[in-house]
This record gives sequence, C-alpha cells and structure tokens, in this order.
Amino acid sequence: MNTNDSATQQPLVQIRNLQKRFGDVVVLDGLNLDIEIGNHVAIIGRSGSGKSTLLRLLMTLEKPEAGTICIDGEYLWHQQQNGQLVPASLAHTRRVRGKVGMVFQHFNLFPHMRVLRNVAEAPRLVLGLSRREAEARARELLDRVGLSDKADAWPQELSGGQKQRVAIARAMAMQPQIMLFDEVTSALDPELVGEALQFLRELADEVSMTMLLVTHQMHFAEQIADRVIFIDSGKIVEDDEPAVIFHHPRQQGTREFLNAVLSPADD
Amino acid sequence: MPQPLDLMPTLLQGLWVTVQVYLGAAVFVLVCGVVVGSMRSSRHRWLRWPAKGYILGFRGVPALVLLFWFYYVMPAIGLRLPALAAGILALGLNFGAYAAELVRGAIAAVPSGQTEAAIALNMTPMQRMIRVIGPQATLRALPPMGSLNIELMKNTALVFFIGLHDLTFQGRILQNDTQRTVQIFTLALAMYFVLALCIMAASRGLERVMGRGMQGGAR
Ligand SMILES: Nc1ncnc2c1ncn2[C@@H]1O[C@H](COP(=O)(O)OP(=O)(O)OP(=O)(O)O)[C@@H](O)[C@H]1O
Ligand SMILES: [Mg+2]
Repeated sequence: MNTNDSATQQPLVQIRNLQKRFGDVVVLDGLNLDIEIGNHVAIIGRSGSGKSTLLRLLMTLEKPEAGTICIDGEYLWHQQQNGQLVPASLAHTRRVRGKVGMVFQHFNLFPHMRVLRNVAEAPRLVLGLSRREAEARARELLDRVGLSDKADAWPQELSGGQKQRVAIARAMAMQPQIMLFDEVTSALDPELVGEALQFLRELADEVSMTMLLVTHQMHFAEQIADRVIFIDSGKIVEDDEPAVIFHHPRQQGTREFLNAVLSPADD
Repeated sequence: MPQPLDLMPTLLQGLWVTVQVYLGAAVFVLVCGVVVGSMRSSRHRWLRWPAKGYILGFRGVPALVLLFWFYYVMPAIGLRLPALAAGILALGLNFGAYAAELVRGAIAAVPSGQTEAAIALNMTPMQRMIRVIGPQATLRALPPMGSLNIELMKNTALVFFIGLHDLTFQGRILQNDTQRTVQIFTLALAMYFVLALCIMAASRGLERVMGRGMQGGAR
C-alpha cells in the first residue's frame, strides 16, 4: 500500500477500519482506503469479494457495522459532537451523500420519465434549480454524452449503451465530487462493450472528476485507471499503478487472481 | 309504455341509488387504499402497525355484517347513520382494506433499484415516494384496482338488506307488484353489467393515459 502522508491536501475519501457483515458473512473486514482528488481507481477482485458492497457503503445504500468513511473532510455516518464521534443525523448523512454520485450496473433509469426529466428531476428537486436551469443543465450533459437527440425519448426506447450514457448524465447533473461505477459494462450486449469502454475512457480523460470503478474488464481497468485495487476476503490485498498490478503484482493472491481471469481465451 | 320499458323508470331510480353508493364507496376505497397502503409500506412502526391492524380487521369480516353493524348497532351507541352513509361506510371500509393491501403490493413491486437510484440522487424519502415510487406503483395498481372496483360495484347490492332503494331493491318491489320476474331481473342484470363495462372502460382509459411511454408496463 502506498501511504503518501506528504500530500498537503487531505484525501477526498478516507475509509478507516470499515466493517460490513450480512448475517454471519463478513464482507468487509477492516478495510482502509484513501482516494485523492482526481484519482481514477479501478477495483478488481473475485465475485463476492465485496466490491459492490464497498460502493454501496459509499453511496449510503448500506450501513457499516463499524469504521468510518470521511468524504471531503466530513464523516458520512458520524458527526462530531463535543470532540466525539456520534451517529449522524439523517440530514447530516444526506448532506455528505450529496458529494457522491453513482452509475448502477443496470442503470436504474426512471421508466416513467422521459430522458430529459430523468436527468433534470433531481437537480430541480434536490439542488433547488428552476425548471429552466435544470433542463438547460440536462441538455448540456445529454449533449456531452452524445444524446442530445434523445431528450424526449423514453428510457425503454434506448439501447443499453444509450441508457448507460443517460445514467452517467443523470449522476453528473448533481455535480458530485466522486463518481462510483459498478460494473458498468456487464449489463451491455457484447458488441456495445467496446464502445462503452471507449466512451468512459474519454470521459475520464476529459473530466477531472474522481472516479471509483468496479470492473471485471482487466483491459479497461488498465487503460482507464491510474490506480488499481485488488480486494480479497474483505481487505485490500494490493493497491498500485495498473502497470505494477497487471505486470508485476507483488502479492501471491493478486497473481493467482489475474492468472485465473486472464488465462482462458482472453486476449 | 310497451313492456318491458314500463319497468324502466322504477329500475332507473334504483340504478341511481346504486351508482351513488358505488361512487361514494369508491372514493372512500381509493383514499383508504392510498393512505393505509402507504402507511403499511412505511419504515416507521407507528405508521405501519395501525395500517396492519386496519387491514387485518376489515378484511376479515363479511361486508354484510359490517353493514348491519353500522346500521343497527351504531344507533345503540348513540350514532344514527342514514342508510346511504352506513352503506358507503361499510363497503368503503371493507373494500378499503383490500385496496390498501393492493397498494402495498404495488409499492413493494417497484424494483429496489428505483429507490436506490433516487437515494443516489439524494432525494428525501418523501420525494422518492412522490416522484419515483408512487407513479410507478400507481401504474401497477391500476389493473387490480379496476377489478376491485367492479367487485365493489357488484357488492353494492348488499345495501338491499338495510332497505336502501337500490337497483336490487327496486327489482324486488316490481316483482311483488307485477310478477314479471324474467323481464325485471334480466333488465337489472343488464344494468349492473353496463355499469361494470363503464368501470372497465374508465380503468383501461386511465391505464393508457398514465402508462404513456411505459410499453409493457413498469419495469
Ligand atoms: N443484501 C445482502 N444480503 C445478504 N448478503 C449480501 C447482500 N449483499 C451482498 N451480500 C453478500 O456479500 C458478499 C459480497 O457481495 P458483493 O455484491 O459486494 O460482491 P462483489 O465483489 O460485488 O461480487 P460480483 O463481482 O459478483 O459483483 C457476497 O457474499 C454476497 O452474497
Ligand atoms: Mg458486484
């Protein structure tokens, strides 16, 4: 693990001793992670290793049993009171949650709203933009993801790749400081995957937004990320540059995992 | 007037009462269904439990006995209801319990990904309900709500037993006076049937209008 304490700026995300269980299953077992502003971090690991759970904890879709998550200097689940950490109020958690955005594996677009409203709804309701401002922002983002002609379409009329772009625009409209992507290509038809990855790579280059991506596509991780994290048994096993992880992994576990996923018919 | 048209004025008077009971009860059922059904889906115990109690209580009793209770028992404890009000109340409460259960089911059937997307966009629980879950649940609830309304309309005939002059009651009166049983009850059946057709058409129309764009229903 690289522990860069020399940085003057504090990390955007600080995760300390994060624990998450489902019944008897320990999913995250004292996980520590720092993410700096502008990092594009890819998370890899076996199925069931807790990658999605980590993202869901960051998005407050799950609650940890122990540990802290600090985003941009504020605790997600805790508040400071007389110098002590106490469970956060709903309002506090909601405010900190506003710094995080997420693109879901199955996109989860709102089927009862047209594309434009899918993107404009939350900025209007949550950020308090006027309808005109929200729609202007939505159109701008749809333009950016190459879907300006689909503003009046229903989500059901879009291809998987197009739905994904709308989901990205919808998350970006809230102007989060960090975006979470959970296996954004696994729900796409195979022939769309390449295009989607290309699009995400361009997006990553173009915007300086901090990104945390869970992926099973090792090529994609290598190309999009400036940092790759291998998770196993609820802990971070290895955390390094893509070149190191994919070509000179230091840990036995990482090597075994990569051998397993890269050997058959890949490449 | 030629037969059987001479029966019509009396039967139509009854039909009007039937329609009144139905419409009154339908409004009651809709409000009960939405309010209690949403309460039943709440995370808060103090909202969920009363809703559970209501559904349990009013779904488990026959509408007819409930009707008798409102009409004959209430006066004994000092509350005398007009027959129309007793009919609307009894049917409304009874069918409201079914409607609440149906609304609960429709809310539960909206995929959890919708709630999660709304949370990720930082909507409040109220905004999630009104903007995201509610509209999708409504769409799902419409078809079963249409069936429930037809059921409700047919059950309005129970008000016969507390002496309300509804379609069934008028039919019985005519039967006594004229003995033309076949004509009377065939006409009455036809009238109930036309009423059911109207409800079905209204329900379909609503489904179409509200389901715009969501081909194949909410997914
Ligand atoms: N809501 C839940 N209830 C119970 N167990 C759960 C729940 N969500 C996840 N789990 C369990 O937690 C573990 C980690 O799940 P998670 O979805 O985080 O894995 P993952 O790394 O994302 O896997 P994949 O690569 O298959 O998506 C799994 O064993 C899973 O069965
Ligand atoms: Mg996963």
